[in-house]
Amino acid sequence: MGHYQWNWAIVFEQVAGTKEYYYQWLITGLGWTVATALCAWVLALVLGSLVGTLRTVPNKWLASLATCYVELFRNIPLIVQLFLWFYVLPEVLPKSAGFWMKQDMPMPEFITAAIGLGLFTSARVAEQVRTGIMALSSGQKNAGLALGFTLPQAYRYVILPMAFRIVIPPMTSEFMNVFKNSAVALAIGVTELTFQMRQITGEYAPGNPIEVMTIVSVIYLILAFSVNRLMALIERRTQVPGYISGGGK
Amino acid sequence: MDFDFAAVRNSADYLWQGFQYSLSLTAFATCFGILFGTLLAMARLSSIKSLNWAASAYVNLFRSIPLLLVIFWFYILVPLMTGVQVGAEKSAYLTFAIFEAAYFCEIMRAGIQSISKGQVAAGYAMGFTYGQNMRYVILPQAFRNVVPLLLTQTIILFQDTSLVYVVGATDLLGAASKVANRDNTPIEMYVSVAIIYLVISFTLSRLVKQLHAKIAVIR
Repeated sequence: MGHYQWNWAIVFEQVAGTKEYYYQWLITGLGWTVATALCAWVLALVLGSLVGTLRTVPNKWLASLATCYVELFRNIPLIVQLFLWFYVLPEVLPKSAGFWMKQDMPMPEFITAAIGLGLFTSARVAEQVRTGIMALSSGQKNAGLALGFTLPQAYRYVILPMAFRIVIPPMTSEFMNVFKNSAVALAIGVTELTFQMRQITGEYAPGNPIEVMTIVSVIYLILAFSVNRLMALIERRTQVPGYISGGGK
Repeated sequence: MDFDFAAVRNSADYLWQGFQYSLSLTAFATCFGILFGTLLAMARLSSIKSLNWAASAYVNLFRSIPLLLVIFWFYILVPLMTGVQVGAEKSAYLTFAIFEAAYFCEIMRAGIQSISKGQVAAGYAMGFTYGQNMRYVILPQAFRNVVPLLLTQTIILFQDTSLVYVVGATDLLGAASKVANRDNTPIEMYVSVAIIYLVISFTLSRLVKQLHAKIAVIR
């Protein structure tokens, strides 16, 4: 450690042999991180809400199908799931579809990562949504039904609006997780932030890894903090007066 | 489309070695993580401001950045600091122990906070010091209350160890990927790895659920 040459300006230096600068690489990486995380999050919210709701419906078949979905995506590591989507799925699909995935699908790494991360996260979201629904008293559902709502209407107008408000705090950490987990996409070649960091510290500027890693860590900290604030804002805005207290306030 | 799952049987020894590494990494990180996490939790709940602040900073830092990034940090930092090329496998032990301590800390903190104030006061009234009170009154109960959470975190940790693949360590996934590249059998290898993780994690999480129900009855 004694002869470590500190050089914090490393990120403003030009990449040898190109017209680009290191900070441009990091910004591109941040862009892919945010894009992957946000696409995955939208997918996870839609699928997760659907599956989480299905887990609570009276129909036994639907409920156990939803349970299988959650268990499947929760009990396999994310990196293994991404490998399955990226390396295995094109081989087991019918020839033409597999060929399309390998040859013609636009941005194969990014799309695979966004969908893979989205499905992985959807199982977690489903668990939170289910917990939220279970936390409501059954009187709420019955009141809805007694008013003449059908079961889907009772979910749409009574149960889900309340359940979603309850699960905002756990959803905040899932939203933060999706940004953190997007780093795993580097394993299938998405050039996101951690990928860029590995590239810079590995081949291009091996002399200054600490500076680059510190900067990247700070970017992740800022991302996590922003998500946290955003969700706190949503929680305040959606608060039902006099009902669910906004985080104990 | 032919599957040749004999390829898995032929490389079973190598995969088993990788799997053993995954297990030992999980076991080490769990033991150290719980130990260090408990100390961190005590610091977070301490009335000494600086200790409190340092522990909070530690926990919030590690909970905000990706595990993968921390794996790279230690992979690069350990040889720089010590001057010894320890390799991916050994540096991962340190990474996971330090990273998971932040998560175990939050669980232990919840456990300690679940103990009623009266118990703490009763301990002091008996003449226990802070250390004795923790050792004989608070921690044994706190620990028992959060055993299911600790075990669930261990299952997550077990799955997370697969990330050491990215620095070239030979865990279960690393071993499978090396065989897959050598024999050109990615389907067989990755499907097998997925099934192994699925069966183990699913079974363990079921057992934890049963344990949870059992403990809930006792309380």
